[in-house]
Amino acid sequence: MSNFSFFKKGIKDGIPIFLGYLAVSFTFGIAAKSSGISAAEAVLMSFSNLTSAGQFAALSIIASSASYIEMAVTQLVINLRYCLMSSALSQKISHKMPFWHRFIMSFGVTDEIFGLSVNVKGKISPFYSYGIMSVAIPGWTLGTLLGVISGTLLPARVLSALSVALYGMFIAVIIPPARKSKIIAGVVAVSMLLSFIFAKTPFLSSISSGLRIIILTLVIAGVTAILFPLKEENAL
Amino acid sequence: MSENVFIYIAVMAGVTYFIRLLPFTLIRKEITNVYIKSFLYYVPFVTLSVMTFPAILEDTAGIWSGLAGFVTAVAFAFFGKSLIWVSISACAAVFITELIIY
Repeated sequence: MSNFSFFKKGIKDGIPIFLGYLAVSFTFGIAAKSSGISAAEAVLMSFSNLTSAGQFAALSIIASSASYIEMAVTQLVINLRYCLMSSALSQKISHKMPFWHRFIMSFGVTDEIFGLSVNVKGKISPFYSYGIMSVAIPGWTLGTLLGVISGTLLPARVLSALSVALYGMFIAVIIPPARKSKIIAGVVAVSMLLSFIFAKTPFLSSISSGLRIIILTLVIAGVTAILFPLKEENAL
Repeated sequence: MSENVFIYIAVMAGVTYFIRLLPFTLIRKEITNVYIKSFLYYVPFVTLSVMTFPAILEDTAGIWSGLAGFVTAVAFAFFGKSLIWVSISACAAVFITELIIY
């Protein structure tokens, strides 16, 4: 496949991300406005950060005039999961690929773009990533702008429906391999079950969702790797 | 607000980009250790599962519409529908359920 066809495939696969980002960043725009951030600032934040939980947290940090250090530490903790994602993706990048691509590709490591990237068989083309980014980033930025300037443009029903577009995408990535492999099916089931328990149990539920993702990933993927190490043929 | 909003934005963007970039620049080779390799192979399945559930039940107008979206997406994905159709089917299920019960 040529670079251009990888790019086009990225755009096509990125459509659910565009829709989901539009909805989520729209609510971010509304929240930004009510916490006293201007449209330009909110749009710049979305464009330069491309992350949801971190940006929502930033709003309250800015509103309370906390220190820059506090901002840095909060972002580090909330977004540390990207470190795990980048580590996993590093194995899907060809070492023959010019090194500078890594600097652009890493900007696009979001939960959702990661979800699509791991879905690729074998090595990933940087142009596939760029295709996804070229719809995801405008979706995230545009939704933010619309949320700030017109909080009533998208009705609540539409927002509620679009908010599951991203989860639908995650499910589309994990279910087909789970159907083929009992081990992956088990990993998915255990992960969802423990995530549910973490969310609903007193004390455990006080752990932020970002930290919950890191803890469960280290434990579940770690234990599975020891119990069921990969054989050569089904490596990444 | 005494602090400058643009500096806040620069700080958060810098930290977030650094977290994403670091593994890409440090891990340049293919990892040969079978346990690390296996761990990284299982990582996406855990993170995507943990991020999806139970969050999908909490982001919609109510639990039941979220559950409808979840079950619909799993069914469509199980029967091999493409990514975009799984995603749209989940949205449609939520929309229709909310029209009926909320």
